[in-house]
Amino acid sequence: MPDPTDTSYRNATIAVLVENEAGILARVVGLFSGRGYNIESLTVAPVDENRRLSRITIVTSGTDMVIEQIKAQLDRLVPVHKVSDLTLEGPHLAREMMLIKVVGKGENRMEALRLADAFRARVVDATTESLVFEMTGAGDKLDAFIDLMRPIGLKEVSRTGVVAIARGAGGLLA
Amino acid sequence: MSATLQTPPQGHETARTMTGAEIVLQALKDQGVEVIFGYPGGAVLPLYDALFQQNAIRHILVRHEQAAVHAAEGYARSTGKVGVVLVTSGPGATNAVTGLVDALMDSIPVICLTGQVPTHLIGNDAFQEADTTGITRPATKHNYLVKDIRKLASTVHEAFYVSKNGRPGPVVIDLPKDILIGKGPYTEAPQTPHRSYRPQTEPDARAIRDAVALLKGAKRPIVYAGGGVINAGPEASRLLGEFVRMTGMPCTNTLMGLGAYPSTDPQFLGMLGMHGTYEANLAMHGCDVMLNIGARFDDRVTGRLNAFSPGSKKIHADIDPSSINKNVKVDVAVVGDAGRVLAAMIEAWKQDGQQQDRGALAGWWRQIDEWRGKSCLHYVQEGSIIKPQHAVKRLYEITREMGRDTFITTEVGQHQMWAAQYFGFEQPNRWMTSGGLGTMGYGLPAAMGVQIAHPDALVIDIAGEASILMNIQEMGTLAQYRLPVKVFILNNEYMGMVRQWQELLHGSRYSESYSAALPDFVKLAESFHARGIRVTRAEDLDAGIREMLAHPGPVIADIAVAKDENCFPMIPSGAAHNEMILAPGQTGGVAGVTDEGKVLV
Repeated sequence: MPDPTDTSYRNATIAVLVENEAGILARVVGLFSGRGYNIESLTVAPVDENRRLSRITIVTSGTDMVIEQIKAQLDRLVPVHKVSDLTLEGPHLAREMMLIKVVGKGENRMEALRLADAFRARVVDATTESLVFEMTGAGDKLDAFIDLMRPIGLKEVSRTGVVAIARGAGGLLA
Repeated sequence: MSATLQTPPQGHETARTMTGAEIVLQALKDQGVEVIFGYPGGAVLPLYDALFQQNAIRHILVRHEQAAVHAAEGYARSTGKVGVVLVTSGPGATNAVTGLVDALMDSIPVICLTGQVPTHLIGNDAFQEADTTGITRPATKHNYLVKDIRKLASTVHEAFYVSKNGRPGPVVIDLPKDILIGKGPYTEAPQTPHRSYRPQTEPDARAIRDAVALLKGAKRPIVYAGGGVINAGPEASRLLGEFVRMTGMPCTNTLMGLGAYPSTDPQFLGMLGMHGTYEANLAMHGCDVMLNIGARFDDRVTGRLNAFSPGSKKIHADIDPSSINKNVKVDVAVVGDAGRVLAAMIEAWKQDGQQQDRGALAGWWRQIDEWRGKSCLHYVQEGSIIKPQHAVKRLYEITREMGRDTFITTEVGQHQMWAAQYFGFEQPNRWMTSGGLGTMGYGLPAAMGVQIAHPDALVIDIAGEASILMNIQEMGTLAQYRLPVKVFILNNEYMGMVRQWQELLHGSRYSESYSAALPDFVKLAESFHARGIRVTRAEDLDAGIREMLAHPGPVIADIAVAKDENCFPMIPSGAAHNEMILAPGQTGGVAGVTDEGKVLV
């Protein structure tokens, strides 16, 4: 039972299985903006063979009471099949992918490649003065790599936002 | 959905092919629709053409699309059926938005069919194009844009399912003109469950047992019942009465719940909240166990949240899980339909072996009777100037004497609160008011919808002179359909509630709240083919009311009331239930409005 006097914020990674229909993303985003909830990251893509269902992963933050409210509000949207708070419901995996462009020559370029190797980032594009790395991992690992690239010649970052799934045999529609 | 297309329902050899407009009307008929409220325009001409060629569905032509939605709300609230609206694209749809939000806030089942430009023009800024699904997404429970005629019938059926199941609400179906003209298959409502929307109606047995155990052990219990009980159907109100009487507990109703429990019953404490009774609010503040059934801890009810009923265990039964633990943390959450919850609680109460503490309950009633002794709704009517409270009270008493089935609608403001305080309701579905959104202009069109549903009943819109002007054009609709609605205006020449707040919170600076240049309501009524009555002296009030009630057609009764009267009791914004302001002359004094309270509405 959430305690209204508990004002400490927590992060929540919420997986939402929805009908893959026009306007569903607007409904979810509108719910967050209309009710003043945070969205730290949001990803969406169809996930079944008929492309009838999409899975939305939302990272949000709030007090326990607010996060309970977010889940209840999501759950009452008509095209929503299932809402799952992965943060609460046992261990889960959360990953993000990014493409990061670094510009530089000489020693900087060598340093970037060395660090990329240490972080298991792959080179997916290279010119004589630029590199694009592809990297997957938890958000803080991506953050750390970006911080390291900044003094070397960070040019541009594109991140997918978090996708997440529960560990073990259970599924969202168990 | 595709399954229903492939297997035609029994009784039909094949899916019948019809135009989109015919499909819509057939689906409405199959859903039991008898009347729709609407206003034509370019994008919906095919639907109006199909309407012209049939007799099963009656169309009521309103004068403004907002009024069409309020009329459908009045129809829905007074019958328990889904109200249906038909408007054109662009301005037709945008005008309907206020009504849709009103229905959303008050959980009223409404289907609003909106015209749309043809699919190939959508997004081109075509004439009378608006992004209706975009605009109405936060204004509805759900909405649809039909772009494939094969899905038209199933969409209309689904819209009805969504609108009336779970917590009811408005649903928009946006219909491009080419879809209405094109031909496609008609399919009946599917018998299979909805793919994703399956609200829980049956309460969890353990939650019911926990709730009953808490209530049985209570020394100072209270039942706080809201609009959810009304929405659950008349049987739920009957069960509420049964439960309250078998348990001996006091019962209060929210503004939306009035009529769920009979107002003349001795266990009824009146309405609670900002303008609720002293006894209801103090009982809420002082109770040890609270049963909230079908209400949502609205800010008008709770007052300052951190001082709301501080010592109580709270049980909240609601069909909408998102209403539970939203504003107020509760100890027992019961998700379910109010009627099913009450039936289960009555059963569990009988099963539970624990004895009630009848002695403590008797002490609680002595305390409540002491609060009742304040007579917080007392007023003094003396002299010729009509007190607005007196006008409502006499209206109530005279209509009771007549014994006619009476339905009351209101606009929004002081008159609304006086109506809630001084007009008593013995049954559900007799009281239609805009609670959540607080929409001035609601009452007249809502009354229209009620009168359409109940042609022989007495339907009265208790109004203020400012609110009534917000949808006054509907007098034309009353005239056209000979709807004998009575408009009872408490005319104090002010937007009274605005004036009251300015007096209490803004140093009596009456900024823009005076109703200047008012029309002559008698002549206005006459120009709309109605009877106009004006009463200015208390000694003429009863005769004026009787004349209004005796007239077989629509009437505007313009009752000139005291201009400076305020609505009491009152919990000022930001105050707690035990910090009520009573009327001047009653003990209790004026609590200060805090700066925090001032920013609240």
